Amino acid sequence: MRDIINTDERLPFMRFRGVMGIISALLVVASIVSLSVNKLNFGLDFTGGTLLEVGFEKPADLSRVRGALDKKGFGDAVVQNYGTQEDILIRLEPRQGVKAEQLGTNILESLRTEFAQTVEMRRIEFVGPNVGDEFIEQGGLAMLTALICILLYIAMRFEWRLAVGAVAALGHDVILTLGLFSILGLEFDLTVLAALLAVIGYSINDTVVVCDRIRETFRKFAKLTPVQTANRALTDTLRRTLVTSLTSILVLLTLFFLGGPLIHGFATALLFGVVIGTYSSIYIASSVALAFGVSREDLMPPEVEKEGADQDPLP
Amino acid sequence: MLNKYPLWKNLLVIFVVLLAALYALPNIYGEDPAVQVSANRNATIDTSTMDRVKSSLENVGIQAKSIALEEEQLLVRLNSDDEQLKARESILGSLGDDYIVALNLAPATPQWLNSVGAQPMKLGLDLRGGVHFLMEIDMDEAIRKIVDGMKDTIRAELREERIRYSAVRVNDTTVEVELRNEEAYAQAADYLDGQYQGYDLVEDEENQLLQLQMTDQKLAETRDYAVSQNITIMRNRVNELGVAEPLIQRQGSNRIVVELPGVQDTARAKEILGATATLEFRMVDTENDVRDAQNGRVPFGSELMPMRDGPSQLLKEDVILTGDHIVNAGVGYDEYNRPQVNITLDGVGGNKMSASTKDNVGQPMATVFIEYKATDERDAEGNLQFTKNAEVINVATIQSRLGSNFRITGVGANEAQNLALLLRAGALIAPIQIVEERTVGPSLGQQNIDSGTQAIFWGFVLVLAFMVVYYKKFGVVANCALTANLILIIGVMSMIPGATLTLPGMAGIVLTVGMAVDANVLIFERIREEIKAKRSPQQAIHHGYDSALSTIADANVTTLIAALILFAIGNGPIKGFAITLAIGIITSMFTAIVGTRAIVNSVWGGKKLSKLSI
Repeated sequence: MRDIINTDERLPFMRFRGVMGIISALLVVASIVSLSVNKLNFGLDFTGGTLLEVGFEKPADLSRVRGALDKKGFGDAVVQNYGTQEDILIRLEPRQGVKAEQLGTNILESLRTEFAQTVEMRRIEFVGPNVGDEFIEQGGLAMLTALICILLYIAMRFEWRLAVGAVAALGHDVILTLGLFSILGLEFDLTVLAALLAVIGYSINDTVVVCDRIRETFRKFAKLTPVQTANRALTDTLRRTLVTSLTSILVLLTLFFLGGPLIHGFATALLFGVVIGTYSSIYIASSVALAFGVSREDLMPPEVEKEGADQDPLP
Repeated sequence: MLNKYPLWKNLLVIFVVLLAALYALPNIYGEDPAVQVSANRNATIDTSTMDRVKSSLENVGIQAKSIALEEEQLLVRLNSDDEQLKARESILGSLGDDYIVALNLAPATPQWLNSVGAQPMKLGLDLRGGVHFLMEIDMDEAIRKIVDGMKDTIRAELREERIRYSAVRVNDTTVEVELRNEEAYAQAADYLDGQYQGYDLVEDEENQLLQLQMTDQKLAETRDYAVSQNITIMRNRVNELGVAEPLIQRQGSNRIVVELPGVQDTARAKEILGATATLEFRMVDTENDVRDAQNGRVPFGSELMPMRDGPSQLLKEDVILTGDHIVNAGVGYDEYNRPQVNITLDGVGGNKMSASTKDNVGQPMATVFIEYKATDERDAEGNLQFTKNAEVINVATIQSRLGSNFRITGVGANEAQNLALLLRAGALIAPIQIVEERTVGPSLGQQNIDSGTQAIFWGFVLVLAFMVVYYKKFGVVANCALTANLILIIGVMSMIPGATLTLPGMAGIVLTVGMAVDANVLIFERIREEIKAKRSPQQAIHHGYDSALSTIADANVTTLIAALILFAIGNGPIKGFAITLAIGIITSMFTAIVGTRAIVNSVWGGKKLSKLSI
């Protein structure tokens, strides 16, 4: 092992950890407040109900559509354009007494009688109220299971302080992304939930790389303080962090602009999540680990009888 | 420091990529509009059917691309969508009701690829269009019906045994029997103990109350039975719809998923899935001659009815029993290992059966299966019209007075299986309702495919461009790996039979493209660091790969955990995302670590270098 002692602090990331910590804490609080006040704008998958996407030949006259639906007793329907002028989206709350699975067909029929032109059925979705509740339950469960499994894996591979830091970073990312959806009132459906889990996957990927480097730096440079170690590790991985984020953001932008309206929520959640995830793996994970007092001794490989086992393999 | 791969490692990389490319290849050939003909139970498909199809197509002037007979099915490939519709009508017209004629999109995979088992990826409903139903069985109702039947049975049997009771009632999954006096209590306890399988007897002497509790095992069996019965029924119905590749699958303890690709008229699909089949037991009219009836002289009070696999039968009009009294029907074997169909009726059914058969021992009894088939016509209110379709499926001689348990013997193994299936289909049906529906029209499906492909293409191009600019020659190496990775994902997706590509799945591929370069970024950044630390280029390459390895593994394992959890918990489209993400992570580790190293070693390895283009 070469022993270049380099006390050069490199970029002083950790100097700003106090400020960044406060900003993050504020953002998390703001997200939680918005989540409890505005709640999430749950999509059909979670609320249950009926949704229709229909295509007209000419730009659709929304008020006439509403009128036609009102006549048939669907006055509570939410009608809006979707993607283009010709496409509209009709949403109905779950209702009592009507055979819910017939609703979509009934609405389509009434539109076809009102508008003499061809009304094309593009999509019908019906979700029973119980099914919606189950999706919420399953989603929450999935999120928790993912966090716990990742916590265990990192704790096993690294050290509990780094694991806590990594999971704190993940929680931070999830809460902020949820907060964004709550504040902007964006629809939260199953694909967004999937995106959120992908954000967890992405963010942990980033965090692991940073943690790995922190551990390595601790082992390599005995004389550095924990803060210096973190700064050095973050500087060394900064280029990689930025390059990977950039390529991910590039593909997510193509997904956002070219992927079609169905995938919009998904792309939005991931775009935001990647940005936040990049930030949190730099600041949150390492600051939390430092706050818990991670030190060189914690990260040295365990003593093994085999001679030389504690050294890096020879080149 | 040589940086040379042994020959086998290079060959392995080439072999894996070529294999994946071979299996990915079918995806570029597209699909032919096709009509798929399969036989109903009464008909067979052979070369004569093929000739009939050929001539009927010639009559309407359609030139088929090919007509092939495979796996009991006839696949007619056509040149355009218009021809497809016309062809279906003309084939349906010439073959009649005994055949199922379905529209299909047949992969236009060349023969040589088919022969190695290469097939294009399966597309999810959000991409190819179609209907997804999630149906839920009302288990409480199903169990209540069984317990109710049990109550009737107990009443009838106690009466027969002349045991005086004051009440027999149902309490949840328990039948409670209240007795008049101690003597009756003792008799009843004696009689009911061990009398019924699947019920535990709980004695309460103080209140002279006997409770028959359904055992947990019986409850589980009942639930299982309700699901499998409904699946059987759905299969039969879906066949009526003429759908090319339907999926009918159990989900969880009480749900059934039905996926019908390509079906647009969901209203019709729903009505057909909801149609009912019933069953009747009737006596055969032996006093009159069948031939007279066949010649048009049907005697009063009797009815001529077609028989499956046999001549028409003359039946009495009186119905002994209808199918909703059947509790269970299954295939069993007697002591000589001959197949038989065991039938269990509920209490009321048992009484009726017993009353009607007691004077008819030695007489033949017929089982009639009645189905309501949807036609394409609608009445003035737009409701779909159904035609009643009745046929005799079995005639058996009554050997003795029948009760609530009896069996039909003298049938072949296949016939027994079919009969039991039909008896179940017409039996007491656990109520079912649609709890989730997702229908995607064909134009939206195509649009989803287009936008997904565009996003993948442009995302791919942008990342390729970036890598070349940033890492120069090493960027080109990473780009080779990225391309190989894309081929591997598509190849693996095409190889795994259960994997379907969905729109979120395509998003997963896009995301993988963005994230797969991460491994190479890690390696290349390491190499740059090593060069900065004044190592020789060969050493830098060696150390770069070595020290990045564990980081890459850790980072990918954690992402894989997230993908697996998504797969385990997510539903249809989300599962599609999880699959492509998981496959992408694994293949990208191979291409980014082993694949790029193979290229790097063969380009730069073993030479004396003064600097690297990185």
